[in-house]
Amino acid sequence: MRENQTIVLNGNEISFEPGETVLEVARRSSIDIPTLCHLKGASPTGNCRVCIVEVEGEQNLLPSCDTPASGGMVVHTESAKVVEARKLIIQLMLSSGNHNCAIRGAEGNDWTKFQMGVQAQDQSGELCPAWGDCRLQDLAYRYQVSAEKHLETEVPYPMETVNPFIVRDFSRCIKCGRCVQACNEVQVNNAINFGYQGADVKIVTPGDKPLKDSECVFCGECVQVCPVGALVEKDARYQVRPWETAKVRTTCSYCGVGCQIYLHVKDNKVVAVSGVEDVAPNYGSLCVKGRFGYDFIGSSERLTTPLIKEGGEFREATWDEALDMVAKRFADIKSRHGADSIGVLTSARVTNEENYIANKFTRAVLKTNNIDHCARL
Amino acid sequence: MTNTISCIEKADVILVTGSNTTENHPVLSSYIKRAVTQRGTKLIVIDPRRIKLADFAEYWLRQNLGSDVAWINGMMNVIISEDLYDKEFVANRTEGFEDLKKTVEKYTPEYTQKITGIPVDQLSEAARLYAKAKVSSICYCMGITQHIGGTDNVKSLANLAMLCGHMGKDGSGVNPLRGQNNVQGACDLGGLPNVYTGYQPVADLAVAKRMEEAWGVSGLSTKPGLTVTKMIPKAYEGELKSLYIMGENPMVSDPDLNHAEKSFANLDFLVVQDIFLTETAKLADVVLPSKCFAEKEGTFSNTERRVQRVRKAVEPPGDAKDDWKIMCDISTRMGYAMSYENSSQIMDEIASVTPSYAGINYERIDYEGIHWPCPNTEHPGTPVLHREQFTRGNGLFHAIEYIEPAEQVDNDYPMYLTTGRVLYHYHTGTMTMKSAGLNERSPACFIEISQEDAEKYALNDGAQATVASRRGDIQARVKISDKAVAGTIFIPFHFVEAAANKLTNAALDPISGIAEVKVCAVKLSSAA
Ligand code: SF4
Ligand code: SF4
Ligand code: FES
Repeated sequence: MRENQTIVLNGNEISFEPGETVLEVARRSSIDIPTLCHLKGASPTGNCRVCIVEVEGEQNLLPSCDTPASGGMVVHTESAKVVEARKLIIQLMLSSGNHNCAIRGAEGNDWTKFQMGVQAQDQSGELCPAWGDCRLQDLAYRYQVSAEKHLETEVPYPMETVNPFIVRDFSRCIKCGRCVQACNEVQVNNAINFGYQGADVKIVTPGDKPLKDSECVFCGECVQVCPVGALVEKDARYQVRPWETAKVRTTCSYCGVGCQIYLHVKDNKVVAVSGVEDVAPNYGSLCVKGRFGYDFIGSSERLTTPLIKEGGEFREATWDEALDMVAKRFADIKSRHGADSIGVLTSARVTNEENYIANKFTRAVLKTNNIDHCARL
Repeated sequence: MTNTISCIEKADVILVTGSNTTENHPVLSSYIKRAVTQRGTKLIVIDPRRIKLADFAEYWLRQNLGSDVAWINGMMNVIISEDLYDKEFVANRTEGFEDLKKTVEKYTPEYTQKITGIPVDQLSEAARLYAKAKVSSICYCMGITQHIGGTDNVKSLANLAMLCGHMGKDGSGVNPLRGQNNVQGACDLGGLPNVYTGYQPVADLAVAKRMEEAWGVSGLSTKPGLTVTKMIPKAYEGELKSLYIMGENPMVSDPDLNHAEKSFANLDFLVVQDIFLTETAKLADVVLPSKCFAEKEGTFSNTERRVQRVRKAVEPPGDAKDDWKIMCDISTRMGYAMSYENSSQIMDEIASVTPSYAGINYERIDYEGIHWPCPNTEHPGTPVLHREQFTRGNGLFHAIEYIEPAEQVDNDYPMYLTTGRVLYHYHTGTMTMKSAGLNERSPACFIEISQEDAEKYALNDGAQATVASRRGDIQARVKISDKAVAGTIFIPFHFVEAAANKLTNAALDPISGIAEVKVCAVKLSSAA
């Protein structure tokens, strides 16, 4: 029964593999169905309904992320019906909390009051901390949705700021559940889940304790996947805007997994770290050290100049002075006590190229094989 | 690793031993946890502490410290006597089976229990589970290697895997998890006393000759050099006069620190090249400031042998320089001119003298890293090792007897100590302790003990206590934890103020030269 392994997507016939969802088929064919809650690698939840599509013969619009493709399906991803429903969904989300970005709509006369209210709560004079880096905002632009009709919002839960890494701002949570999927299905730390009922829904730890008193290990996977400004790195919140930073891809310098990371740089300072999605070995995941342990880079305790010890105290020296001294003492010790009286400890922290040079220097210049590193320790 | 990290998810059974994976390799541990929760993989954890991963395990076997060869032999005893081994694999791809069989004969589950403390049933069931699965993988870390019998432990794990034919397939193999970001690279690129890059032996005349030609020098030494664990005693004895230490902090990470400090003091000339004025750098005659990873171009090789790019994101502070440039400058001053345009040029030279890296260059690894061995620039790299055959042809079984740890508990020192890391810190803390957030989560050293021991010694959670061994003593607060098992203390080694390595034993594995920092005898008392 191979014949009916195709669906019609916006008029194009496209073949699919058994088990593929409508969303996956669409993405593969460069048809852009918007999503919010969908998280690659985790099971679909159908929470946000932004990805709804019209399937001919079906009465209701179906979430494409959770609808398997089946032979002969005729699907419309941007029909009038879909667009209208999608707009409403976006509008409801946008009006559900402190979404104080420009797109929220500036026509209503309550706008100023709303802004002032949110900014007072946030103790900031700026627009939402996720402004410019928010999937909800992107969607609101794309569908030209604003939320001025619904300006009254009530924020049921206070912000949580008592841990050093993550601000949980429930006023901006759209309850998409991506963080829950990330924590339970990607990192499998099982720290958070949906809690309470109906309009009171909140993402909670068991017992609704703060993250710092829960199973949370501050991997920050939830921050990375949160599409809006509900989960934000504490140090970057209101400090770092995406357009002010450059991203440089590199390899994490902690354990041997070698996670692929982006260093976010502002004014020659690393101000945030994120995981590179879609590449091995980590596919976007990081641990607390990799994501939040970057302060050492710009630490004021970094060594900035060579030091030479004189009479038990260090004094600053020029490179020429220090290098001359090292070269002279090595040569001297080598000629007096033999090459094997010198040892070199290279490092599991420096690059391959540097280890190679250390090996070449030790063997070809010092003429000894006394070289090792501290992996044995 | 013989396999890739993502291979882990393909296994039906994963055996993790001597690795507190969720704290030391958190991202890798997610692969294991996902396999268990989403694919029905069965997990066996064998560890002296009830680590987090045990929550996900079918079996958590608690072995006595340093008894690894015994439980591995015990498992093989069960597997052989119940005829569960892979006869085809053993016949076609291995040698030495009869010797192995003879040796493990006496390690019946009952005999093994006496040594390891692992109940007979648990050992047998875990052995069956591992042997019967189609695809089984073993992951281990420092809990296996940091013993006087560390090399024996590693060989024994290889025995177990070969016996069951769990080698050279997607998802099955024996996987050491590297603790530091570029341990793999340091070993691959000649940072070892007995081999040049790509594990080419220094004692091999043909290799030495090739290197002499490549480097344009003569008289390369063919005598293997000293390991770090031998250099330190040689310094103490006065035979080693000078040390050049790069990016390492042995003054916290070394076993038996009091002895190490005297050894460093005894040197004529100590050069330390680092990004911080570490405890070790403070002892130096000359300190050279280097760049950190975020300021340099280069590559690291991860635990799955994948060579990946490191890229410059920020300018270095002050006059800090690339480690390679500093060494080139010293070399040039000593009469051997070394200079390179950039690190990419160094990689090209590496490729030219290292068969396993021959096909690697920056262009090829720009988007995604490549696994060595990669013999030429058309080669896609080798994610899984030993697929068709082992490096030496057939896999050799090593018949190994259990030996006791170098130090046993006695009346004076009645408890065992084991050491390790915590999630929030890395190694000697020179990097992680610069983050206020990480310090807030893990502010100080602690002495992890079980509830029973807390009662026995009348110590409350948070009480200040002293732990002493034959070599030194430290003080820290007590942390009562259900990870701990009565009679065994755990202390993280990150903290200078209470350096666990003042207590540890520097007894060495005669083959690897690794010190037995995972077991020593101590006594515990209230410090109040
Ligand atoms: S915190 Fe973010 S990821 Fe989690 S449910 Fe709310 S909006 Fe979604
Ligand atoms: S930081 Fe990690 S462990 Fe904590 S809630 Fe987020 S995903 Fe879960
Ligand atoms: S993305 Fe499909 S329901 Fe949210």
